[in-house]
Amino acid sequence: MRSLEELNAIRDKIKDHVGLRTESGQTKDGSVRAHVLVCAGTGCTSSNSLQIADKMEEELKASGLDNEIHVVRTGCHGLCALGPIMIVYPEAVFYSMVTVEDVHEIVEEHLKNGRPVTRLVYDETVTEDGIKSMHETHFYKKQHRVALRNCGLINPEDIEEYIARDGYQALAKVLKEMSPDDVVKCILDSGLRGRGGGGFPTGRKWQLAMGNRGNVQKYVCCNADEGDPGAFMDRSVLEGDPHVVFEAMAIAGYVIGANQGYIYVRAEYPIAVNRLNIALKQAREYGLLGKDIFGTGFDFDIDLRLGAGAFVCGEETALMTSIEGNRGEPHPRPPFPAVKGLWEKPTILNNVETYANIPQIILQGADWFASMGTEKSKGTKVFALGGKVKNVGLVEIPMGTTLREIVEEIGGGIPGGKKFKAAQTGGPSGGCISADNYDIPIDYDNLVAIGSMMGSGGLIVMDEDTCMVDIAKFFLEFTVDESCGKCTPCRIGTTRLLELLNKITDGRATMEDLDKIEEIASYMKQNALCALGQTAANPVLSTLKNFRDEYVAHIQDKKCPAGVCKSLLTYTIDPEKCKGCTMCAKNCPAGAITGEKKKPHEIDPNKCVKCGVCMTKCKFDAIEKK
Amino acid sequence: MENINIKINGMEVSAPAGSTILEAARIAGIDIPTLCYLKDINEIGACRMCVVEVKGARSLVAACVYPINEGMEVFTNTPLVRESRKKTLQLILSVHERRCLSCIRSEDCELQKLCKDLGVDDESRYDGVKPVYELDESAPHMIRDNNKCILCRRCVAVCDKVQGIGVIGANERGFKTHIGSAFEMGLGDTSCVSCGQCIVACPVGAIYEKDYTQQVFDAIADPDKVVVVQTAPAVRAGLGEEFGLPVGTGAEGKMAAALRRLGFDKVFDTNFSADLTIMEEAHEFLDRVKNGGVLPMITSCSPGWIKYCEHYFPDMTENLSTCKSPQQMFGATLKTYYAQKMGIDPKKIVSVSVMPCTAKKFEIGRDNQSAAGVPDVDISLTTRELARMIKRAGLRFNELPDEKFDDPLGEGTGAAVIFGATGGVMEAALRTAVETLTGEELKELDFVDVRGVAGVKEATYNVAGMDVKVAVASGLGNARALLNKVKAGEANYHFIEIMGCPGGCVNGGGQPHVAASFKNANDVREIRAKVLYDYDKANPIRKSHENPSIKKVYEEFFGEPGSHKAHEILHTSYVKREINKIPE
Amino acid sequence: MSLVKTVPFQGTKEQEEKLLEMIRAHKGQKGALMPVLQQAQDIYGYLPIEVQKIISDEMEIPMEKIYGVATFYAQFALQPKGKYRISVCLGTACYVKGSGKIYEKLQDILQIQGGECTLDGKFSLEACRCVGACGLAPVMTINDEVYGRLVPDDVQGILEKYQ
Repeated sequence: MRSLEELNAIRDKIKDHVGLRTESGQTKDGSVRAHVLVCAGTGCTSSNSLQIADKMEEELKASGLDNEIHVVRTGCHGLCALGPIMIVYPEAVFYSMVTVEDVHEIVEEHLKNGRPVTRLVYDETVTEDGIKSMHETHFYKKQHRVALRNCGLINPEDIEEYIARDGYQALAKVLKEMSPDDVVKCILDSGLRGRGGGGFPTGRKWQLAMGNRGNVQKYVCCNADEGDPGAFMDRSVLEGDPHVVFEAMAIAGYVIGANQGYIYVRAEYPIAVNRLNIALKQAREYGLLGKDIFGTGFDFDIDLRLGAGAFVCGEETALMTSIEGNRGEPHPRPPFPAVKGLWEKPTILNNVETYANIPQIILQGADWFASMGTEKSKGTKVFALGGKVKNVGLVEIPMGTTLREIVEEIGGGIPGGKKFKAAQTGGPSGGCISADNYDIPIDYDNLVAIGSMMGSGGLIVMDEDTCMVDIAKFFLEFTVDESCGKCTPCRIGTTRLLELLNKITDGRATMEDLDKIEEIASYMKQNALCALGQTAANPVLSTLKNFRDEYVAHIQDKKCPAGVCKSLLTYTIDPEKCKGCTMCAKNCPAGAITGEKKKPHEIDPNKCVKCGVCMTKCKFDAIEKK
Repeated sequence: MENINIKINGMEVSAPAGSTILEAARIAGIDIPTLCYLKDINEIGACRMCVVEVKGARSLVAACVYPINEGMEVFTNTPLVRESRKKTLQLILSVHERRCLSCIRSEDCELQKLCKDLGVDDESRYDGVKPVYELDESAPHMIRDNNKCILCRRCVAVCDKVQGIGVIGANERGFKTHIGSAFEMGLGDTSCVSCGQCIVACPVGAIYEKDYTQQVFDAIADPDKVVVVQTAPAVRAGLGEEFGLPVGTGAEGKMAAALRRLGFDKVFDTNFSADLTIMEEAHEFLDRVKNGGVLPMITSCSPGWIKYCEHYFPDMTENLSTCKSPQQMFGATLKTYYAQKMGIDPKKIVSVSVMPCTAKKFEIGRDNQSAAGVPDVDISLTTRELARMIKRAGLRFNELPDEKFDDPLGEGTGAAVIFGATGGVMEAALRTAVETLTGEELKELDFVDVRGVAGVKEATYNVAGMDVKVAVASGLGNARALLNKVKAGEANYHFIEIMGCPGGCVNGGGQPHVAASFKNANDVREIRAKVLYDYDKANPIRKSHENPSIKKVYEEFFGEPGSHKAHEILHTSYVKREINKIPE
Repeated sequence: MSLVKTVPFQGTKEQEEKLLEMIRAHKGQKGALMPVLQQAQDIYGYLPIEVQKIISDEMEIPMEKIYGVATFYAQFALQPKGKYRISVCLGTACYVKGSGKIYEKLQDILQIQGGECTLDGKFSLEACRCVGACGLAPVMTINDEVYGRLVPDDVQGILEKYQ
């Protein structure tokens, strides 16, 4: 491809086709009447969505419908808990938890006879007036998709579908109409901040790396080493819309004067790696990466580098050290990567979600982007909603949406009528938001103000059955495993913190241990070498701040109020309820339960290992844990 | 250079652009404590000892690597800073084997000093799980004890960045991170060259030489043994530091006095055999030049370098001079010439050397180093071990009289004493070679082009109508760079001097520990080298071939330099080694 | 520290040729160590000393540096995984029911320690934390198969199923 005209020709040719899934709702010539979108993201493929897509094609062919109905394998739709997901356009009928066996019925009933299979569509879309579009559901209605705009909509293995959605138009515009300064101004004006954690203004980062133009080798890197437990928005973009990342990186390359990009992607994301490789090949074939892009003389190419299982490599200096072929240990800043980064050359690094916003900002303008969000946090943010919430999945919402809206409306509330206790954001670097802040608009600064952080966007909902000490321990265990071991505070501090937390949940701690926890935690915040070490104690500090009484209960009363910490629980049998069926005694691995048949049984607390088997076996609800 | 103005603790300070906070603070008269920092070698900001507050920064910053900028305001002595540093120490102590009283580094341990200076009053506050490691005693010269290791990685940086060997590094990650070799093999199974630079770099007692002082005490106490000691040139430039004398104090006379009082039967000087080395090496060089031998010829005094060459440049072992090192030449002469002359059975002689070097412990066990059928040298001590012996014997070192070495193997020239500094062997050899070739007396004895601490030095001298091109390298990383150029045909020399340690023997792996806080602000190599050049200047005899004892030993025993007898006794052979050998 | 022992090396000539060719393809490429290690592990299944030595010699990178990198990242393995991966639960419930004895018995029969693999590459053994099958304690799993209510004498018979 040598010109914008060629790009436009492809777009116009395919736009009509992709248009069936979007606003226009139909193809111009009417040749294709429906698209069946099958999710081929990691979640759905693990429950056989690819076989479903194959089966669908087979059935359509057998019915002679394969010319008028197309099957499209897309990226993630976000509602992974309901997978495998299948959407039938133009009506956007939302099928969930489809099996291979269901395909025949969908073809016969829905595609042939126009009667959607009610028993297979997502409950919420079934109304008295018929089946609602998926876009009308609570989960999707409040969302505003910018970074995820193509995810679940296009076939990520077909560059032309991306082009049809105005793909590479932003790159063309930048190369042909804008100076690097214009681009930076646009990004600055948009207010876009890094979506990977710290929230540093993206335009500012680019500006820093612009200096010293001329004949200096520079690099553009993409952080696709998404490692927060529970966060998978970057994977979703890579799997569902890989070209958007290339396009944005090429734009960044143009701005700072770099012609080489690296995407550092987790090896644990095989589908994403595969899609990236396919997409890279296509982008090079179409001349959208490589030499002399659009005939402007601008060269830019991208290489993939695979991570090898180290959370710390999400830290920018560690990531670059890792690309260089070393142990992924961070080094002190300054010098900042914009001055001295990869191989000591000026480098910019942004994460996947940040890049996914760039082309739209260029095309729709800074003002459009800045019109979304709060004063200091513009645009949208993708969250991976998880934990004790009905709709587990990926949601993209404007900055400033309240936690309550996310949990209660988009997330569908907490299952089992339990009470909201807290939400954890920011993964191992973040903290807990207590119910007091349920209505706080979520943006970078508000989260920091209440002792948490945006992080990459994990959002884990916790109810009254969650023990906050246990949660802190969970994250600390993660950090202990993932600490790189370079600096003293993180290497030793995390281990000591975990030991102290274990003392608490084991009921061996004293109040002095609580002092020690606070000492070490606040010490780490000030003293650790990298941002990960500095924030590693956040889960402890924030739970301690918001739920200190829970810690104290563990220490002083030797009780776990949420009933989670095994060592502090005692299992007893209510003699009133016990029928003496002996099921508990038979199943107790420790032989701790005794009693005669048909008479109330007893648990010997000295033998009990608190595994809870008796409780699950008891049919009479006679076993209590306290 | 442009200066930058900052404020430290409210006081205006002006420091050169590019300075770190640590350097600027020093200008302001403030020492910021450091532990992992070694200037130009290990600038990783890992230990967090040197944290300071910078106005506007989100967290404390590491002063050792943080560059100053105009208008910056730094606070080095706030409650937060003091408390943080103390906690860093307490956390380190929680994984440190605190057997300080019996530790070899007690009293010159940088960690111990920091704990004292920063007021650590509760050393067990953060105690918890402590990993337990086996000692690595597999190397001939040293022991590595990870139980004392504080993971500053100074040893790693020196081994990898300075020496270019990289046989130790950080393994595993997180709390399990530890220093080790590939597959946790013993150092003795690696291509470690025994240079001991890691020992000198270690701030604590995690790496130390194998101590043979007891064997020496035992030998001295044995009436059947004749215990003879030799001391290398560089030892006299460092020994005084062990007794509180400032770096750069020469201690030749007091050292000789101390050795005598320790009970050695004869107190000799390696300077004698350094002169002998020059006689043999200059002869070998001229022979190679005249008869088309392998050039460039490379010196063979440094056993660390020799082992390095055998591992990493096995195709260049032919370039090595076949001369034994001065230590071995001394031992060989002692057990042949001297033993015969004095009528002593060489088996009764215990040949002890005091060296600035740990590779010498390896060298004494090499093949082809037993001229009299028994090892040329039986025990090789470091400068530090000698200091320990002196302390153990209760000698008030600083009050000892200045005494002389015994004759005849105690006589050395100015050319010999500069062997201890990089370029010294080259200069000594040139003094003799030039006079031998031209037959005329040299007017200027100082070959300044080959002096100084630069890693690689080159010079061309016109001698008797021939351009003699020489090069000098110290530190094995520098040696590698130089030899790669030679191999690639990018550089061409006749004669190369290589010393394994940066700066030469004065900075050897057996020299007294100098706290990093001093090293970071002063070039210890330069200061110690000056001691040797001063000794040279003060010596009335400054050319090896003019040493009367050397003349005598040739007259009475060896005949001519390069004679058959000299070859049998004073020369050796080399082997080719692999870099990576899979241990059994 | 004592030498990390790996299973006797059984690399083939073909594997070595593949490795050398792959390393050559990366010659001169900056930062090639990680991709080389990843592909070497694809070839051999793990990164024993014999493989790291070849990489070190060919790339002129100290073997310790390679080992340091290999032990930093969770993805790299120094030990091969067996065809059948045995995990014994040493969680509290299983432990009190004698899973430690099961574990010992397995070590005994297979002649390997935890974390190791038998010489024929068939079985690898490891301990794990609670697998959530406390009612079946003591429990071990072989690949995805769960075996519960074990006594040491059961072990031999179960292993025979995999011969």
